[in-house]
Amino acid sequence: MRSRLWVFLLAGAALTTFAVQADVPRPRDDLNARDRARVEKVTRETTDFSKAESFEKMQAGAATTTKHINPDIFSHPSANLKFEDQQRFLLGNGLFRKDWVTAPSSTEASDGLGPLFNARACQSCHIKDGRGHAPSGPEEQTVSFLVRLSVPPTEEEQKKISAGHVSAIGDPVYGGQLQDFAAAGLPAEGRVRVAYEDVPISLSGGETVHLRKPVLAIDKLGYGSLRPDAMFSARVAPPMIGLGLIEAIDEGDILAREDPDDADGDGVSGRARWVRDENGEWKLGRFGWKGNAATIMQQSADAFSNDMGLSTPLAPDHWGECTQAQSACRTMPHGAQPHLGGQEVPGDLLDLVAFYSRNLAVPARREVDHPAVLAGKRAFYEAGCAGCHTPKYVTRRDVAVLSLAFQLIWPYSDLLLHDLGEGLADNRPEGTATGREWRTPPLWGIGLTKTVSGEATYLHDGRARTLLEAILWHGGEAEAARNKVVEMEKAERENLIRFLESL
Amino acid sequence: MKFPVALAMAAVGASFAHAQEPSAVLVNYADIALAGYEDSLETARSLQSAVSALIDKPSEETLAAARQAWLAARVPYQQTEAFRFGNPIVDEWEGRVNAWPLDEGLIDYVDAGYGTESDINAFYAINVIANDKLSVGGETIDTSRITPELLRSLHEVGGIEANVATGYHAIEFLLWGQDLNGTNPGAGDRPYTDFDPASCTGGHCDRRAQYLTAATDLLISDLEEMVSNWSGGGAARNALTQSDPNAGLTSMLTGLGSLSYGELAGERMKLGLLLNDPEEEHDCFSDNTHNSHFYDVQGIRNVYFGKYDRIDGRTIEGPSLAALVRDKDPVLADEMEAKLDATYEAAKALKSRAETIEAYDQMIGEGNAEGNAAVQAVIDGLVDQTRSLERVIAALGVSGVSIEGSDSLDNPDAVFQ
Repeated sequence: MRSRLWVFLLAGAALTTFAVQADVPRPRDDLNARDRARVEKVTRETTDFSKAESFEKMQAGAATTTKHINPDIFSHPSANLKFEDQQRFLLGNGLFRKDWVTAPSSTEASDGLGPLFNARACQSCHIKDGRGHAPSGPEEQTVSFLVRLSVPPTEEEQKKISAGHVSAIGDPVYGGQLQDFAAAGLPAEGRVRVAYEDVPISLSGGETVHLRKPVLAIDKLGYGSLRPDAMFSARVAPPMIGLGLIEAIDEGDILAREDPDDADGDGVSGRARWVRDENGEWKLGRFGWKGNAATIMQQSADAFSNDMGLSTPLAPDHWGECTQAQSACRTMPHGAQPHLGGQEVPGDLLDLVAFYSRNLAVPARREVDHPAVLAGKRAFYEAGCAGCHTPKYVTRRDVAVLSLAFQLIWPYSDLLLHDLGEGLADNRPEGTATGREWRTPPLWGIGLTKTVSGEATYLHDGRARTLLEAILWHGGEAEAARNKVVEMEKAERENLIRFLESL
Repeated sequence: MKFPVALAMAAVGASFAHAQEPSAVLVNYADIALAGYEDSLETARSLQSAVSALIDKPSEETLAAARQAWLAARVPYQQTEAFRFGNPIVDEWEGRVNAWPLDEGLIDYVDAGYGTESDINAFYAINVIANDKLSVGGETIDTSRITPELLRSLHEVGGIEANVATGYHAIEFLLWGQDLNGTNPGAGDRPYTDFDPASCTGGHCDRRAQYLTAATDLLISDLEEMVSNWSGGGAARNALTQSDPNAGLTSMLTGLGSLSYGELAGERMKLGLLLNDPEEEHDCFSDNTHNSHFYDVQGIRNVYFGKYDRIDGRTIEGPSLAALVRDKDPVLADEMEAKLDATYEAAKALKSRAETIEAYDQMIGEGNAEGNAAVQAVIDGLVDQTRSLERVIAALGVSGVSIEGSDSLDNPDAVFQ
């Protein structure tokens, strides 16, 4: 991680010194000089923990929701939406909760599910627009949890990955994801079982925390064996709040924190994930556990296709994730109607779902100036957590959705890839992300996770049952920060958790 | 600091002959809310009596009477929906009472076409009525007695919003059963013998009766809670009348705009047209959707004109938004009233079409140009009236009341601008 340097603030000699570096951040072209200076000032990391910062409570700017805290708290629209946009939001909500059915059915506009699928509705996995959870043991059916598959690429295949045409090479029969449901008459691909191994961790003060390390197994395979060298990686559904604001962050503001070779020697590097967007352009990957999508539109289309087997203009195969080897699957009836747009989910419906996904509001912070919360905030900064969990940004002025423009936001993420060590590694590379790298997930709203869904769990595969467990799993670039948390006095550690719970 | 200033302005306003005071408009608004919830409660009590009669003596007649009582109970309740979206206390409570849509297989038997399992909703077809214990995700829930408390605990169980165990629509499903007619004529057609232990159809008639009783009892206690919130000293009334009157006016107008444009025109009507899906129907078991939409439209008028016709024939009328706007800008007042009238006429036409030609779920069917147009006309009216509402908000100068002066550092709700 490298601190941000703003060319426009540097005069004379300083400017010359930094201007020769190829990756010096360009000044933001969406702002005038006055606003640039204001943005620089307001996003500078604080050193004063004696009181809350200005604007800190409204962590998503004017889009922040101040509704009552209850299990619906992740389901409200950006607070500054106009009535007209509230309608688009609610139409998107209707589609997000909609149970799709397999074709053919009497309602032509609502069918096309599968043939292979993980879920019938978006909200099946994004439970109340919040986080999914890992199964508690091998007997529990996996819900809001899925497994990605791939095999080591050949040299030729690696070229395709490097060119951004695919992010991984799927199993020749099962493809890139295991779907555990199928349309009637077709076998499901298999069932995922998760067992856990106990990993005790001693903390200063004599406390011991028992982590659980997941061990994945797949049984009831429906299409013969997987390739013996197939790699698995489990994923729980991430929360849906604040995504449009993440999309509205200036790319340069994110790239300014990249430090792939750790030039500043602080042990934290940070690499951008580059992916092709829906127009085939190279773009910064901001969404997904490994940063595999640049835009919410792309992420939504991928989810429709992979998780529900529904075609969209961006992922036009009606058979979703059926491979060529699953030939019966590819010839099953589909739900596309030429007069409704030629896809199972036509472009106007995809747009509504994307609009909805952009505008799920982040709740206001609680207890923002409580002494324990402020002490925890100090501990967060002093342990180095803010090195990757970047506190704040001001979004671009020129984004299409006005409610998201020029907002001071506090997502606590640099949106870059980091090596998090062997403990968290899935050893399954995806695009330019290695098998040890993960994109820093935003932390806003994390304190309300259990309010929204009591079963929700943390980290990419939901292995962590508490925030402390999630911290203790951090390794690699985050090892030093994690060790500081282990060594903290219990009271300070509790303050740190209290700060996270106030987000 | 804003509060005393606004009060002072209201006092100045009162010195003019016919001028309306915002604070008096708010009191009348709260009085109409109270009357609406009282009427909802009273009609729910009639429903409770009718349900008791059905369970005591199941027959075609007692079932028909219970259905009539449910339909009558919807009339005042739907008019209270205009109090949603601006009043957080109502918003927090509403899901227990009017949650929709629901996976009815949680409650009772369903047609085989419904399927037996969902990808994820472990409660999708769990049928509480047929099972005296439920086993889900390794946990066992004792359902041997179906009580209000049990239903409360099952509501949105597993975090799935479609697990609606309580409220008007759960009761509606028990009284009518599934509507298996798609976009063809006909509502749900549950036989009265489903409640008759002596010649029971559908199985577990005693438990079905228990469920219906518990859900009705719960509806009554929920409505009692809301009546008390709007009574003198109640939390919802105080929230409006004891703070900046401009913030109260914003709540009123936000509620009207959000119900018009997003909720009613959008999620409840336009989505159904987009998908041509009879499942996208608000009162889908009883085919009462036209009334539920019509009384929403009526409720919006009630709030704007400050006037409510109670179920007993009395009328509540008092200081209104309409008069406030007329004081400020008579031309805008004419425009707003013309738009509200246009929507009202379109909603009346939709209601009359449903009563004479075809049900709402048929109107949204694919290829039904005339039916689609009847629905679209109401949508257009609602959208159009919201545009005028936005002008009203601007003319009254109450927009953004809650975030005004947001650069002030001592305001914890401030945002960077």
